[in-house]
Amino acid sequence: MIGWLTPRNVVVAALLVFLILIPIYTAATGNPFLLTLFTRIVILAMAATSLNLILGYGGMVSFGHAVYLGIGGYAIGILAHEGLSSGFIQWPIAIAASALFALGVGALSLRTRGLYFIMITLAFAQLVYYFGVGLDRYGADDGMQLYQRSQFVDAISLSNRTLFYYLCLALLVASIYLVWRIVNSRFGLVIQGSRSNDRRMQAIGFPTYRYRLVCFVIAGTMCGLAGALLANHTEFVSPAMMHWTRSGDLIVMVVLGGMASTFGPLIGAIALMVLEESLPALIKLAAAPIVGEAATRVAEYWQIVLGPLFLLVVLFARGGINGLLESLERRRG
Amino acid sequence: MAEPLLRIEGLTKHFGGVVATDGVNLEVPPGELHAVIGPNGAGKTTLIGQLTGEVVSDAGRVRFAGEDITSQPVYRRSRRGLARSFQITSLFNDFTALDNVALAVQAHAGHSFRFWRDARREDELREPARAALARVGLAGRENTIVSSMSHGEHRQLEIAMTLATRPRMLLLDEPMAGMGPEESVRMIALLRELKRDLTILLIEHDMDAVFALADRISVLVYGQVIASGEPAAIRANEDVRKAYLGDQDDHG
Repeated sequence: MIGWLTPRNVVVAALLVFLILIPIYTAATGNPFLLTLFTRIVILAMAATSLNLILGYGGMVSFGHAVYLGIGGYAIGILAHEGLSSGFIQWPIAIAASALFALGVGALSLRTRGLYFIMITLAFAQLVYYFGVGLDRYGADDGMQLYQRSQFVDAISLSNRTLFYYLCLALLVASIYLVWRIVNSRFGLVIQGSRSNDRRMQAIGFPTYRYRLVCFVIAGTMCGLAGALLANHTEFVSPAMMHWTRSGDLIVMVVLGGMASTFGPLIGAIALMVLEESLPALIKLAAAPIVGEAATRVAEYWQIVLGPLFLLVVLFARGGINGLLESLERRRG
Repeated sequence: MAEPLLRIEGLTKHFGGVVATDGVNLEVPPGELHAVIGPNGAGKTTLIGQLTGEVVSDAGRVRFAGEDITSQPVYRRSRRGLARSFQITSLFNDFTALDNVALAVQAHAGHSFRFWRDARREDELREPARAALARVGLAGRENTIVSSMSHGEHRQLEIAMTLATRPRMLLLDEPMAGMGPEESVRMIALLRELKRDLTILLIEHDMDAVFALADRISVLVYGQVIASGEPAAIRANEDVRKAYLGDQDDHG
């Protein structure tokens, strides 16, 4: 048996091929639904990948990670609203704003541990959320429409949905690769050592705070870029992008897919969002023979099925879906 | 007498109304193995904490290698060459033995803001780590995950990590804790070998080990050093017998 042909690798390879082929399916059928859905999934997978860097590898449970989606998104939205639609200006500002915010939040929150850390990151995110709600000039809690996607050179138009999708996919793959390089580098081992036993890390001579802070900023910056993509994708920004439930979704993606695993966040993002899309229809189908006409209303409660599913993964599959696939590999080997 | 490597002056620590360390003075010259003994609750671990910087002292000074380190953070003392092992094993349980020691090497190999190269393939980190593992008798166990190693092996790994930071002085907090007789004998042999190159402050309950190894012994009772001297003098000291050794003899 070839060494790399493990169940996990086969699933990941299949997912990547599937992701690459989606625009072709859309072109062939003329139905853009899948392309729109998966553009969104790819962008959120990138956000989850950035969260995995701090949550999975660093043990920093940020409960406000979606705030960077909001900051990246609003940077695009506000600049576009003020007539600055050049991507060469918008994107660096979106990235810099996210990095700066992460630096501030990290500098304060990383002095705490455990529950306090969770609460402080949540508090900062909610602060920005309500700030967004108060921005009357930019649509307040209704949000605002983007009249134009970011403008780069004429040859590359983000309004071309296929091109935009491939751009998102390329950035996602780059993010996954970057995180993989980082976590296996000297820096990454410091981050993981600090998750495992921070006290010991200091005793052997590491000033862990500054490493954790840099890690926090890298994750926030990466997520800010995902926010810029998301704004361009939906052509709309609103405070809902950074509501705490969205931060919760990102955590669910990471935990469901498998914390501290290279492809876990991607697997988790696909699993969660495909379930969200398909569960209502599946429930309707299953309930129809039993309750007849009322099946549509039953399907509205699809989260009753999603919740226990997630609970099962947390209770019985510690490594998430990625962990399940790896345990298949061990059983076989 | 040579300039002491470690000099403790009037070191004090209160926890609420309890005095854990009460004006401790202690000097350890280079090359000495100095043992600190004392009954449970004498403040031995607090003292180690104050020396490594985890516990902030209320009063007094700590000088190490001619430098006042009283208010330096933990990591900087480690960089100066003051290394500790933990009484309760404190390792990176989800890492391999080699990863554990390699991290300790890395801590003293420049800054770690290196984001790209695979650190597990850097000979510069792996080779010294392998050597430290071999030195404590863990050759062949490099790729074992720490959580699946035995207690005795954990204690050996503790020492290997401390050694890997290339220290000038070791602070060993009960390295023999929880060991069987055979493991203890091996640890004593190891410490005797380390003693040749390193200055050591040893906190230990095992009296056989202490008297076999120590050049000098200080006896800590209720946070105060009641006696300090060579093993024979400590054995003969009446106060010590009353406070500690007599009690120890009763238990065999």
